[in-house]
Amino acid sequence: MALLDYLLGQRKQKSANKAKDRLQILLAHERAENKAPDYLPKMRDEILQVIAKYVEIDQDQLKINIDEENGFEVLELNLVLPDEHK
Amino acid sequence: MSKVIVVTSGKGGVGKTTTSASISTALAQKGKKVAVIDFDVGLRNLDLIMGVERRVVYDFVNVVQGEATLKQALIKDKRVEGLYILAASQTRDKDALTQEGVERVINELKEDGFDFIVCDSPAGIEKGAQLALYFADEAIVVTNPEVSSVRDSDRILGILQAKSRKAEEGGAVEEHLVLTRYNPSRVNAGEMLSKDDVVDLLSIKLLGVVPESQDVLNASNSGEPVVLAQDTDAAQAYLDIVERFLGGEVDHRFLEEEKKGLFKKLFGK
Repeated sequence: MALLDYLLGQRKQKSANKAKDRLQILLAHERAENKAPDYLPKMRDEILQVIAKYVEIDQDQLKINIDEENGFEVLELNLVLPDEHK
Repeated sequence: MSKVIVVTSGKGGVGKTTTSASISTALAQKGKKVAVIDFDVGLRNLDLIMGVERRVVYDFVNVVQGEATLKQALIKDKRVEGLYILAASQTRDKDALTQEGVERVINELKEDGFDFIVCDSPAGIEKGAQLALYFADEAIVVTNPEVSSVRDSDRILGILQAKSRKAEEGGAVEEHLVLTRYNPSRVNAGEMLSKDDVVDLLSIKLLGVVPESQDVLNASNSGEPVVLAQDTDAAQAYLDIVERFLGGEVDHRFLEEEKKGLFKKLFGK
């Protein structure tokens, strides 16, 4: 049985590797989030309100990020506009 | 020069108190004067792990609030010279500790010539945990090789880097990782994060690995810091940790599966 397990085990990904992969993604995300300034969520809401005056958008469609590139802080807004043909 | 060490983790049940007790005891065995403080107000446990639960008359909150002197509240360990325990209050709530009060106690311990002041943090990231780490010079982050513990440790590292006094003054708390409940055979089987994985994920210096061991429970059952059970792996691991903490060069141990001979395989446990 142990031999069978061993042979089968080779085929699927080991759980420790899964754990590491998941954590790598999660920690990178959470570190960025925790470093983000406190005003970000409020700013996001206000920007959404302004956009909502003109276009109908889904609340979850606005992504807002602060990144650092070459020593500059870059504020990135990403909004998917609704499909016109609908 | 006194040093303030916080033993912290974010997650509960990973071995903060066990680590605080053993590191404090081993430091005292090395001839240092050590005070170990339980910051877990309302849920004190350090007294029990240290086996002094029946000798608590005054506690940390009493001292912070001026109801007792530090001298009255410090419990002198009967096994190791130079080791003192300051218990947490069992009856008060978390708000009984104030930053000014904690600072006064730490300063008084420094004036009394303590070499090390070990702050045993409560779990979580609330006020108690933040107070425990605020005055730290060095941090020992206790982590299990398991996803939620690693995540919480990362969170606590973020708080150390943002909200400690050192960070506020533009410096940094020196961070050390102690990996506990390590099971080399599960690591080899690919079922547990390895020490390299955790070091990689948290990008922090490894102070030591403590193998998962029955001896830790046995020690806490009898109220003896596990480091005093000298012939056990866990005790040896903590002794190595303290040696490294004091600047000694010691190779990491307990990273490989114990090789079992045929006899032990058949008849041993």
